[in-house]
Amino acid sequence: MADPLLTIKDLRIEGRSGDDWLEIVKGVDLTLNRGEVLGLIGESGAGKSTIGLASMGFARDGCRISGGSIQFDGIDLRKASEQQRRELRGKRIAYVAQSAAASFNPAHRLIEQYCETPVVKGVMPRDQAASDAVELYRRMRLPNPEDIGFRYPHQVSGGQLQRAMTAMAMACRPELIIFDEPTTALDVTTQIEVLHAIRDIVAQFGTAAIYITHDLAVVAQMADRIKILLRGEEVEEAETRTMLSSPREDYTKSLWAVRSFAKATQPAPTGTPVVSVRNVTAGYGKVRVLENVSFDIHAGRTVAVVGESGSGKSTTARVITGLLPPERGEVLFDGKPLPPAYTARTRDQLRQCQMIYQMADTALNPKLRLRELIGRPAQMYLGLRGKALTNRIRDLLDLIELEPDKYIDRLPSELSGGQKQRIGIARALAAEPRLIICDEITSALDQIVQEGILRLLDRLQSEMGLAYMFITHDLATVKAIADEVVVMQQGRVIEQGLKDEMFQPPHEPYTELLLSSVPDMDPDWLSRLLEQRAAAG
Amino acid sequence: MGHVWKMVGQRLALGVLTLFIVSVVIFGATELLPGDLARELLGQSATPETLAALRAQLGLDQPAPVRYWNWLSAFLQGDFGVSMANRRPISDLISARLGNTIFLALYAAALAVPISLTLGILAALWRNSIFDRAANVGALSAISFPEFFVAYILVLWLAQTGLFPSMVRINPTTEFGDKLYMAFLPALTLTLVVTAHMMRMTRAAIINLLASPYIEMARLKGLSPMRIILRHAVPNALAPIINVVALNLAYLITGVVVVEVVFVYPGLGQLMVDAVSNRDIAVVQAVALIFAAAYVLLNLLADVLSTLSNPRLLHRR
Repeated sequence: MADPLLTIKDLRIEGRSGDDWLEIVKGVDLTLNRGEVLGLIGESGAGKSTIGLASMGFARDGCRISGGSIQFDGIDLRKASEQQRRELRGKRIAYVAQSAAASFNPAHRLIEQYCETPVVKGVMPRDQAASDAVELYRRMRLPNPEDIGFRYPHQVSGGQLQRAMTAMAMACRPELIIFDEPTTALDVTTQIEVLHAIRDIVAQFGTAAIYITHDLAVVAQMADRIKILLRGEEVEEAETRTMLSSPREDYTKSLWAVRSFAKATQPAPTGTPVVSVRNVTAGYGKVRVLENVSFDIHAGRTVAVVGESGSGKSTTARVITGLLPPERGEVLFDGKPLPPAYTARTRDQLRQCQMIYQMADTALNPKLRLRELIGRPAQMYLGLRGKALTNRIRDLLDLIELEPDKYIDRLPSELSGGQKQRIGIARALAAEPRLIICDEITSALDQIVQEGILRLLDRLQSEMGLAYMFITHDLATVKAIADEVVVMQQGRVIEQGLKDEMFQPPHEPYTELLLSSVPDMDPDWLSRLLEQRAAAG
Repeated sequence: MGHVWKMVGQRLALGVLTLFIVSVVIFGATELLPGDLARELLGQSATPETLAALRAQLGLDQPAPVRYWNWLSAFLQGDFGVSMANRRPISDLISARLGNTIFLALYAAALAVPISLTLGILAALWRNSIFDRAANVGALSAISFPEFFVAYILVLWLAQTGLFPSMVRINPTTEFGDKLYMAFLPALTLTLVVTAHMMRMTRAAIINLLASPYIEMARLKGLSPMRIILRHAVPNALAPIINVVALNLAYLITGVVVVEVVFVYPGLGQLMVDAVSNRDIAVVQAVALIFAAAYVLLNLLADVLSTLSNPRLLHRR
């Protein structure tokens, strides 16, 4: 441990904002020894990815490294020529991106992309690189390691792509790998496989790593040390166990406490449900996606629909809203059947059921001001005009805790991610619905922002008696907000019941797998879980 | 691969349907033209009897659907009919000229496609540099002038000085090398006209991709800018590039009328202009249908090639 592998001192990075440069990383120091894994944690906008990229001497378009020094194994990356930096990248410092699906080139087979760096950099000839790829695919526990490389990215699942990308990063046996939120886009069950594979391979090759994430429980499994960032500045840094057991700073403690929100338990519902899904079977073309799905949602209650991607959660929402008429079965509203297709529903029926989407960015028209975004449904469904409409919009902004005077004429681009999602909520509320379908609305948000959204939804529910269908793959969110839980797998309902019952054993095997896959804030959790699973066979 | 052939088959069937509709439109449009050939041939002094006799002889007295059917069925059998103006078989008139037109189009394409792709790729690589701006300004200036103006400027600079001939006298026996030499100016004119479009589309399609995560990944793999463009951006930009190239090739075949007239080039465009002024409707119809077929075929080819360039369509899950 004589010389550290990477030493960053007083790093400053600026981002362009119009004609000005704003400082987004404000003097961060970082030291990484050979073979060590450092966790970088923070909300979005904390500058963690920017710092990760800067340790490769790289700044995204619109950003520039404006101060400080970056020393990699005695090379000053800021003073080095672009040619020298390019020489290091891929060979001695590698990068694993957040979304492997977007970061693999869709035009080339996986193995071509694997072999590119070793061949171009002259590390090894092409056929040696190809056989090496198969070996690494095997170590990453990818299925069919001999053949999987000959597939195109779109032919491989997200969790497998993420492992293939880690294998690709390992191609030249770099001394340092930057993992930039490698499991954020994955389901909990898939996440475990990827974490397991990454942890093993980093240990096998003694590679140093910077592991960037906003998930504390994940970083607890991966990192030797943790550094916490807030708005471009370091909050504190400590060994993982120390950090978990005795955080010093208030901000860190607030991060630790964030999962504290939990809705009070309510007794089992009675009366006619607002929405009742009855024996629905549906699909796209010949592909059957839902098989005999039934559940109820009562007024004033939240039903969480849980499952991996592809389990049919969103398709169920499409059936309820009438976007996808089912092959068999029906949807009852207040006990009366709804027409299967939304085109056949009355405006009032449409009004009663509103949706909030996962990506607030793409769900809001970027050209419209909040006044129009929120006002449109109020105008269309309730016929509000002029002063009455403006008052309604202001009331809605008040409801979602955004100051009307300040926000009413803003564009979505002038809002933060959490604020955009609040606008999505206000837009749904504007129609005065009875049921709101929330499709993964918190999964793109940081934990602190998530907490705010969940509290808001809970308050609105108790004030207005709204029914929520809450689609998520995050069980922590389920614990926080649900009254009832529906677990789905491959288009079927595996288990359903009250939340408290669901989180008490015994479980269905699949529910058990989901529950046990949620990372704990305990550095030994992953090892223990893997041992248990290995023992169970 | 099965679904690709199925798609090619579907597109081919659609192309045939398009051509059928085009043939109806062409026939209908020529029906609307005032005057008729019999009067044109016999002049103002013709008696009604001789007019009627000539009309019967040319088949002009039959109802329009019957004439359409006769025309189309003969056309499909390769019999394009007889020129009404000079009584020569249209296939003879067309075949030599079609060859010349295709030669000129390929000549211009062989110059324009490599030039515009190279310029487009380099402009994307060095975007916002002096080179990028110069290439854009140059290409835009070339496309902004009318073709005949570009043609006359070239004649002024390159033909007046005796470097290249300003009139293209070629016939089926002309040597290939001589053909290239003689047709240089019209080919250059066409190149200048179509390059801007293809170059700018290539540049835009590539730059559009440069913000993609996989391009950032390629940069973080430490690849050179040239390799990133050629290996990571271009394969994903092929579909729009192929389409704009096909559109311009179709233009090179069908849109060269003015250039052929300026350089007295014996191509289909000239033939069509002559036929229109002679009211030689049979020739106009045949040439129009050939132009339409060229458009349909090239677009079909573009569709198929862009499908083949996209692994997501070629290799299903």
